[in-house]
Amino acid sequence: MSIEVSPGGAAVLTHEDVQQIVRQEVERAWKRDPASRRACIIASKGTLDWAYPPLILASAAAAAGMDAAVFFTFYGLNIIHKDFTRRVKVSPVGNPAMPMPVPMADTFTGLPGMKDMATAMMKTRFRKKGVAALEELLQVCRESSVRLIACALTIEVFGFKESDFIEGVEFGGAGAFMSEARRSHVTLFI
Amino acid sequence: MAELEVGEDSILDCRGLLCPMPVVRIGRELAAMVAGHVVKVLATDRGAVADVPAWVQDTGNELVAWHEAGDHLVFYIRKGADEV
Repeated sequence: MSIEVSPGGAAVLTHEDVQQIVRQEVERAWKRDPASRRACIIASKGTLDWAYPPLILASAAAAAGMDAAVFFTFYGLNIIHKDFTRRVKVSPVGNPAMPMPVPMADTFTGLPGMKDMATAMMKTRFRKKGVAALEELLQVCRESSVRLIACALTIEVFGFKESDFIEGVEFGGAGAFMSEARRSHVTLFI
Repeated sequence: MAELEVGEDSILDCRGLLCPMPVVRIGRELAAMVAGHVVKVLATDRGAVADVPAWVQDTGNELVAWHEAGDHLVFYIRKGADEV
């Protein structure tokens, strides 16, 4: 950075100098901002395909040194249920985007057993491709201190008990989420 | 980028792992490393081409070099001195 000194003795900054200074200061402020190191995610879906994004993003946030919290609400509670391997499934019904080996009508994919078959197929495919299992991602989240918060309202409405959920889960409501979210630059509803 | 000879202190094999496991494993590896040391990371996840440089920048570490080696990617990451 070149600083000219005018005849009066005052430093003269060029436009480029000012731009550079502003860039550096913004960069410094961003690094100091605690909110840039916090991520707050809502997991509202309870199917296998929708269980992945919140856990992947929370794991990635924690791996980058961020404080991450996932708030599980409505069907998302299935993801942290002790029996999640049985409860979290994927259904081909009503999902035209789901890849199928051969084209199938909804009336056929809605038959008994099709949901379990689709779930087994997706799990096998994910495993073969090297995608971590939900168990593994949950384990990564817990080991890296991701806060797993279960929605107290949904627990009440759906008739769950606090003991239905995996070890380390906290319980809270919209207030708990907002308290986290207002201090986080990253807030996602999934 | 041309293949560079970079001295490494350890090797982390992330081949066969998909997002987000490579950065999770790299994070754990670097947490156990001494500042200034370099880890050589092998990966097959194509997303790592974007994920690793971004992760390195956000965590105060340094991507010394990276290149493709046949069917996989190779990253050399030096652990930074600052705790970020």
